[in-house]
Amino acid sequence: MIALLIRDLRLAIRTGGGFGLGLAFFLIIAVLVPFGVGPDSAVLGRIAPGILWVGALLSCLLSLDRIFALDFEDGSLDLLATAPIPLEGLVGVKAFSHWLTTGLPLTLAAPVLGLLLSLPEPAYLWLILSLLIGTPALSFIGAFGASLTVGLKRGGLLLSLLVLPLYVPTLIFGAETIRRGAEGLGTATPLTMLGAITLGTLAVLPFASAAAIRINLR
Amino acid sequence: MELQVVDLGVARGGLPILQGVSFTLEAGQVLVLRGPNGIGKTTLLRAIAGLQPALSGHVSLDPEAVAYAAHADGLKSTLSVLENLTFWAQVYGTTDVAPALQAFALQNLADRPAQNLSAGQKRRLGLARLLVTGRPLWVLDEPTVSLDASAVTLFADAVRAHCARGGAALIATHIDLGLQSDLLDLTPFKATAMAQGDFDEAFL
Repeated sequence: MIALLIRDLRLAIRTGGGFGLGLAFFLIIAVLVPFGVGPDSAVLGRIAPGILWVGALLSCLLSLDRIFALDFEDGSLDLLATAPIPLEGLVGVKAFSHWLTTGLPLTLAAPVLGLLLSLPEPAYLWLILSLLIGTPALSFIGAFGASLTVGLKRGGLLLSLLVLPLYVPTLIFGAETIRRGAEGLGTATPLTMLGAITLGTLAVLPFASAAAIRINLR
Repeated sequence: MELQVVDLGVARGGLPILQGVSFTLEAGQVLVLRGPNGIGKTTLLRAIAGLQPALSGHVSLDPEAVAYAAHADGLKSTLSVLENLTFWAQVYGTTDVAPALQAFALQNLADRPAQNLSAGQKRRLGLARLLVTGRPLWVLDEPTVSLDASAVTLFADAVRAHCARGGAALIATHIDLGLQSDLLDLTPFKATAMAQGDFDEAFL
């Protein structure tokens, strides 16, 4: 399974697109929003948590269909399904490598972009923390969506429609954590909910995804 | 190792295409599947490899003993020949890729990215993967597509060596490989009845 992780990371780096695309998209959103909204830092500071989370979510969405589609097209998914790796483990590794190539860079880049959106100072810690806790859920939910649409040509649209509603709780609690952090309120509740969602998806979705892949490979 | 297939029926797209397929494959044996296009060779092989459930009947061997090679080679175009092969070796828990490279004359191409290989070279790499799986039964779907005559000889040698080590091979092919093999024509097993399986099955 470590071999699979290394291979996926290597592919993401060499193929390009994997690493850079989500990050570039995130950057574009964070740079364009101040131009659209205007330079009023009070307004920007108030919408910054939401913008940053929506941006992170959409950039995650960009690379989701690559999780399984590429392996399906060149036949490796068939071969991996007959290999000694359990499919549940395969899904877990692929979702994790997706997080390493999108969620983690987004989390690390977010503070810089928070500056562009004049995010209030006390919020930075919560920005990083909420993204760190919340983005794994985005990757695992996304992997589930990708496994449902794996056999489809141009499944991207369907994938987005399937996945976006499932992203809503993470978005709400993630943005709420930052907002409360910015106003100096207690963040324990939204942060706990965010963690619970992530742990829930980590526990359940690899099994659901593996079942979906088995059906799609028939 | 012995593969026993008893009264196997398989379906594609919800429609049964083969029924009552029975054969036995023992260690050291090669069985070649024949039959016109669309008869269900690929579907049968996928069922034996455990990629899809059988409609009826029974396969004695656990899919864990099967190394499956399909039409697509499952190569990553940005990885080199050696990296592709090493990856599969690690997945299957084996370490030595040198004999596999040698068996398919890939040593000189080891550092070349798979995207720069010709179709025949890709196929050879795809087949070399079989050697690093260390599994006893090879289930091969049209393995000789785009191979030239000398590569077919390499492939036949690899199968022969595999059988000599106590393995076996089940091959769907249309050409004569020059192997000592048994022949199974699938035409008589064409399914006649309509789907008697799950109604839902047609939609999955």
